Amino acid sequence: MSDTTVQDGPVLAADGTPLKRSLARALRVQKLRALMLIAPLLIFILVAFIAPIVDMLFRSVENQITSETLPRTVVALESWDAEGLPDDDTYAALAYDFMEAAERRRHTRLGSRLNYETTGISSLFRQSGRGVDDIGEDYADQFHDLNALWEEPATWAALMGAPDWVEDATGAEGTGQPFRLSVSAMETLPETADAYRSFARTVQEEDDDNPTAEEPWNTVYMALYRDLSRNDVSGYDGPMADLLAEAAAAVGDFTGMSPSEAWIDVNDDWGDREVWATIEAFSDPYTAGYFLTSIDLRLTPDGIEAQPEEQRVYILLFQRTIFMSGMITLMCVLLGYPIAYLLSNLPSKSSNLLLILVLLPFWTSLLVRTSAWKVLLQQQGVINDILVWIGIVADDNRLALINNQLGTIIAMTHILLPFMILPLFSVMKTIPPSYVRAAKSLGATNFTAFRRVYFPQSIPGIGAGCILVFILAIGYYITPELVGGRTGTFISNRIAYHISSSLNWGLAAALGSLLLALVLVLYWVYDRIVGIDNVKLG
Amino acid sequence: MNLKSLMLLTTGASMAATGAMADGHMANSMTLVSWGGAYQASQVNAYSDPYVAMNEGLEVIWDESSGEAVARLRAMNEAGNVTWDLVDVVASDAMRLCDEGLAMEIDHDEVLAPAPDGTPATEDFGDLIVSDCFIPQIVYSTTVGYRTDVAEWNGNTPTDICAIFDTENFPGQRSLERRPIGNLEWALICDGVAMEDVYDVLETDEGITRAFAMLDTIQDNTVWWTAGADTPQLLADGEIVMGSTYNGRLFSLIEEQDQPVAMLWDAQVFDLDGWIIPEGLPEDRLARTLDFLRFATDTQRLADQAAYISYGPARASSAPLVGQHATLGIDMAPHMPTDPANATRTFLFNYEWWADYRDDMDARFQAWLAQ
Repeated sequence: MSDTTVQDGPVLAADGTPLKRSLARALRVQKLRALMLIAPLLIFILVAFIAPIVDMLFRSVENQITSETLPRTVVALESWDAEGLPDDDTYAALAYDFMEAAERRRHTRLGSRLNYETTGISSLFRQSGRGVDDIGEDYADQFHDLNALWEEPATWAALMGAPDWVEDATGAEGTGQPFRLSVSAMETLPETADAYRSFARTVQEEDDDNPTAEEPWNTVYMALYRDLSRNDVSGYDGPMADLLAEAAAAVGDFTGMSPSEAWIDVNDDWGDREVWATIEAFSDPYTAGYFLTSIDLRLTPDGIEAQPEEQRVYILLFQRTIFMSGMITLMCVLLGYPIAYLLSNLPSKSSNLLLILVLLPFWTSLLVRTSAWKVLLQQQGVINDILVWIGIVADDNRLALINNQLGTIIAMTHILLPFMILPLFSVMKTIPPSYVRAAKSLGATNFTAFRRVYFPQSIPGIGAGCILVFILAIGYYITPELVGGRTGTFISNRIAYHISSSLNWGLAAALGSLLLALVLVLYWVYDRIVGIDNVKLG
Repeated sequence: MNLKSLMLLTTGASMAATGAMADGHMANSMTLVSWGGAYQASQVNAYSDPYVAMNEGLEVIWDESSGEAVARLRAMNEAGNVTWDLVDVVASDAMRLCDEGLAMEIDHDEVLAPAPDGTPATEDFGDLIVSDCFIPQIVYSTTVGYRTDVAEWNGNTPTDICAIFDTENFPGQRSLERRPIGNLEWALICDGVAMEDVYDVLETDEGITRAFAMLDTIQDNTVWWTAGADTPQLLADGEIVMGSTYNGRLFSLIEEQDQPVAMLWDAQVFDLDGWIIPEGLPEDRLARTLDFLRFATDTQRLADQAAYISYGPARASSAPLVGQHATLGIDMAPHMPTDPANATRTFLFNYEWWADYRDDMDARFQAWLAQ
């Protein structure tokens, strides 16, 4: 009790610092040392596993491609009310965007992207890429007829470029300085300046040409016509002022197709409201479109709608995947339980031998086992031959055992069986045989003893086996691909298809995320019903 | 760090390694991409083995990924690292890659050797140069093989393409390729559309519905294949009674393996296959690729290839040089899809149409298959 005075202040360590702080420091050093030891693995997992997965999952919502490829169109579409067709300004914006995208060969990529949402857009974009050069040609011809100076690249450069840029770029080797707009052109002819800038930059970056030596695209002439017919250029006193004044006086008599007419001339589908609706719906940089597609819905400006009948496949595939994985799990329990029981009750000499027979196929390559099933199950295969030989089936009516759901269930049951037997075996091994003997000695029949004494003790093994087999089955894709035919494939086969063939990585990522979520939900349900603590792996 | 930079980082090391090995201005290794199987073997025999014999120390790596060439090149381009030097693709894929800026545009007369009599390459290849990026090698066709020993057919044998859809007279399993090309055209032809109108009809919604309705009638009897070797294997096993595949595969099944199989030339779908150079190769690799390309597409080499596989050489000047099979010693000319006896009713496959509509049709076809 003589130490009571010490309790007033903090407890001190031997070196005088408070014990609490000293202890924390020691612990921190220990933790740091532990962290350093696992750091290589941690970094490896982060870089090689977590980061790619996060990046991949991010693709399920990412959609910058529309606003990057068609920036002006996306802005112009914001004022569109989704009734009827967009106005001429939007069509003109599309012409400037599309011309640049086609020169940079980016339009097909956007076409493929939008084709995921509305089939037909890919071909529309590809064809338009070839026709977009013609838009504005009628105006270009009339400007040329008005004054031959409009055909001169130098005229355009002088009119549009900042004076010091024109000086640097004229006659320069190669591409010249990066293009800069003149302020007066920007103020007087905003649309033309914008269109010319995209021409000049594209020519410099894509073709390594100098804009002072290249005649602008026809769309630039169209922009000039539109500017001159709307804006007053009388206040302009920059280079080529006379030429511009002459053109401004003449444009009133120009004739030519309006931007919307020109586009519909390139391809009729530009007069289809649905094409515009798709561009509008996917103009945001982030989209729920991939997730909606994954559950057979689609995004339109009018809201979320069901997919057309012929496109609805994903819910069906999810249901099929769950149903077939359940069937495979059930088959594995039915086949695996007696085998595991036998293994655990035989003397260890013969049970070891039998265990090897379980493990040997387990160690054999997946592809070898799957191919073996192809040989066994096909219509002219071993099993059908035997059935015909013993007279169970007629020769002209052989069973279709492969390239359908049945084939997938048979092959995958075989492949996943060891994952059921091994946990069952390890649990059954620990059940003392004396319990069943005791039950029998108390008067239970064989069946009652099994049902009331043995079976309840083996449930943790069933639980572990089921969850292993089910989760493995739900993500399988090689075996269903090889033996599943059309009706026996899983959702994972679609994911693989979108990753490697259609390159719709966004949809693949969304489907993958849903599959992951589904597994987690099932795990949670399983935990509530069976209890994950009951699962024993050995 | 995103996926792209990660891939850049990991492949940077291997790029540096190839750069260090470069000797002078030509790379010492090149990666050629083709279709595998008998076709790739014919290319190895006719092109790359003689070329390696002329160039000591050159390492030629063959990849068998041509089936996914478009997807893989798009992915490589996105990752900013192209590891392939020369890729064997069909004409419509070449056009797609060219449109997307993934294949290099070339001047055919400058890059390719003229014919022995001095005819420039563009004239020698003629119409087969269907795109600025495409260097044709062969003309092949997708056609149908059938077993000759099917008891249920009561001695009948198919005489035209519509036997595929005729399950009454020709019962049994069929195999068709797991892609829309060819299948949709055949379905329409057998639904009564004239050959020259097929693509016009297919462009309409009703036309597509009609084609799929026709395919619906045999869906339960069809195995869908993805590799060119599948149909020959299934035919040899007796798993199917008829199936579509490339004519060269059927040639090897019938002539080299002596199976009870015959083939239909009716409505064979003509197609072209050739090289493209991926866009953006470093200078030393490009120099090596161009050197090889000039050698591998000259008149003699294209004719040599026909000694190993029954595909027609793409050069007009190669045709007279086509001789006998390298090991069997049989005349190859009657087995070529271009032989007049075989080409009485040929379906002209429209590359341009397929380059435009492939994405659309793939989407519909895959959805139809899954339902």
